[in-house]
Amino acid sequence: MKETPLSNCERRFLLRAIEEKKRLDGRQTYDYRNIRISFGTDYGCCMVELGKTRVLGQVSCELVSPKLNRATEGILFFNLELSQMAAPAFEPGRQSDLLVKLNRLLERCLRNSKCIDTESLCVVAGEKVWQIRVDLHLLNHDGNIIDAASIAAIVALCHFRRPDVSVQGDEITLYTPEERDPVPLSIHHMPICVSFAFFQQGTYLLVDPNEREERVMDGLLVIAMNKHREICTIQSSGGIMLLKDQVLRCSKIAGVKVAEITELILKALENDQKVRKEGGKFGFAESIANQRITAFKMEKAPIDTSDVEEKAEEIIAEAEPPSEVVSTPVLWTPGTAQIGEGVENSWGDLEDSEKEDDEGGGDEAIILDSIKMDTGVEVSDIGSQDAPIILSDSEEEEMIILEPDKNPKKIRTQTTSAKQEKAPSKKPVKRRKKKRAAN
Amino acid sequence: MAGLELLSDQGYRVDGRRAGELRKIQARMGVFAQADGSAYIEQGNTKALAVVYGPHEIRGSRARALPDRALVNCQYSSATFSTGERKRRPHGDRKSCEMGLQLRQTFEAAILTQLHPRSQIDIYVQVLQADGGTYAACVNAATLAVLDAGIPMRDFVCACSAGFVDGTALADLSHVEEAAGGPQLALALLPASGQIALLEMDARLHEDHLERVLEAAAQAARDVHTLLDRVVRQHVREASILLGD
Repeated sequence: MKETPLSNCERRFLLRAIEEKKRLDGRQTYDYRNIRISFGTDYGCCMVELGKTRVLGQVSCELVSPKLNRATEGILFFNLELSQMAAPAFEPGRQSDLLVKLNRLLERCLRNSKCIDTESLCVVAGEKVWQIRVDLHLLNHDGNIIDAASIAAIVALCHFRRPDVSVQGDEITLYTPEERDPVPLSIHHMPICVSFAFFQQGTYLLVDPNEREERVMDGLLVIAMNKHREICTIQSSGGIMLLKDQVLRCSKIAGVKVAEITELILKALENDQKVRKEGGKFGFAESIANQRITAFKMEKAPIDTSDVEEKAEEIIAEAEPPSEVVSTPVLWTPGTAQIGEGVENSWGDLEDSEKEDDEGGGDEAIILDSIKMDTGVEVSDIGSQDAPIILSDSEEEEMIILEPDKNPKKIRTQTTSAKQEKAPSKKPVKRRKKKRAAN
Repeated sequence: MAGLELLSDQGYRVDGRRAGELRKIQARMGVFAQADGSAYIEQGNTKALAVVYGPHEIRGSRARALPDRALVNCQYSSATFSTGERKRRPHGDRKSCEMGLQLRQTFEAAILTQLHPRSQIDIYVQVLQADGGTYAACVNAATLAVLDAGIPMRDFVCACSAGFVDGTALADLSHVEEAAGGPQLALALLPASGQIALLEMDARLHEDHLERVLEAAAQAARDVHTLLDRVVRQHVREASILLGD
């Protein structure tokens, strides 16, 4: 399915909001969405939710023979898949550009930065090494896939335990998890990607863009760092032109964000470790919140109300005092009264008409026969300022419109192509409706 | 490869260059008669060839035509004999795809695509010998080819790679220096305004050193610009002599 194009109104609205430093979900410019990390029952399985973007990561391992030019190093393999359930635009054949970009970025971030000690994955040099495979699946796309994917990958790698292996001479013994506890991987550092979205040719930048913001952005800058403030990868994409100091500023912001996220990850890993040790329940069934259709629950949206009071006071102080409201009601007929402005009340007409026939009061107007008629609705314009305007499709031959005595209220006026005359005659006007000419 | 020092005590690199020195650049424009624009560049031992066709009508699906701009299509290909070991690379593999995407991103920003709506500009780059800095050589060759084709651009796009060893920033890395595993930065710059069209970095580099490496890469890109400018002027002079102006 092709993705629905973004309307110009929405694009302009988003850009205007960004210019005023406002984001649709109430975040500040440098704020991340809520990150939730949950683990599955197996080691190495985790799910990361960045706002609504969800990525599932799974690590698995296998004994293989090593690459020829790197005989003493294990093999790392990363694969990110954009599942069709993530967004309607993701189809099996269609996603190549985005997929290539994301995969290469993840590979460079995790492999070239040497976050995992590959030499420790070697079992028998030149013959048997561990091949670690990280599979990431995007389950829901709400912007910023790369950040969520990098967090999921590193969390899954930290959580994973590989089977223990011992080598005696020529014999390799692979122990099952029951025989010996599985061994964690040796991880040097945790690189985490931070995305910056640029708007209006680099004038405004946002951290962690959501899906709408990604659609209107000019370009993206991804900086992967670890908590020791070492940059693992920088990648600029999209057509933006950057300046050197923008890049340096982004790297400083990234440092702060990465420190926070790393703390969160370590805490989550610790919690899971504790639960498993104490024999409590763990796994997705426990950690994913139970969402029932019958219960409607929304997360608290952070809204800044600190200056609302001051603004309200300002507005009240500067506003003029409210105008005098006319409170005297006007009695049209027994049972019908009118207070305030509004469209002319026509309820009293029919009852007044007999009286007026005798008295002959009120202004009248004669409508000439030269009223042009529309094919549809006939617009009858009495012309006098006080008369009611009637739009009707009725096929009645005659329609008698009479003006009531006193009409202090203003009436909606309409322009027609009819000429109007005010006749000073006091008789009520019988206005014949022109027969529709040979309809 | 223990014991291979990338930067000696006297400040010389493996191939005898100083830290901020570029390799020898030789370039030639208009090497193919058939294409609209073509160029060949040699940066040290890295040799790259670029060919440009366009602007022409969109090939394939008309639906891809953009109503207000030209479509830039880049393809990167690395010859099997380009590296030390003969390696057959399938055409659509991820690395070539990624390079193609990066080249496209770079040139979409630099070419004035608004002047050619509903048309397509093709840039094909072939690496004949890869001795480090392949992305930079591809971008430089493609810039010359686009200029040779007469397609209007905002400015030259000059690229260079940079690294960081022993507290010093190195400019224009060779294959040996790249394979050593230190941090590598590839930068594509529009020299007049100093705007960065593409920035890519691999391997770990501490944040405090980032500025120095960026500055070294930017300076190297500006040096490349001086050389490319000279090449273009020389080419125009030769062409005008032939035309008898």
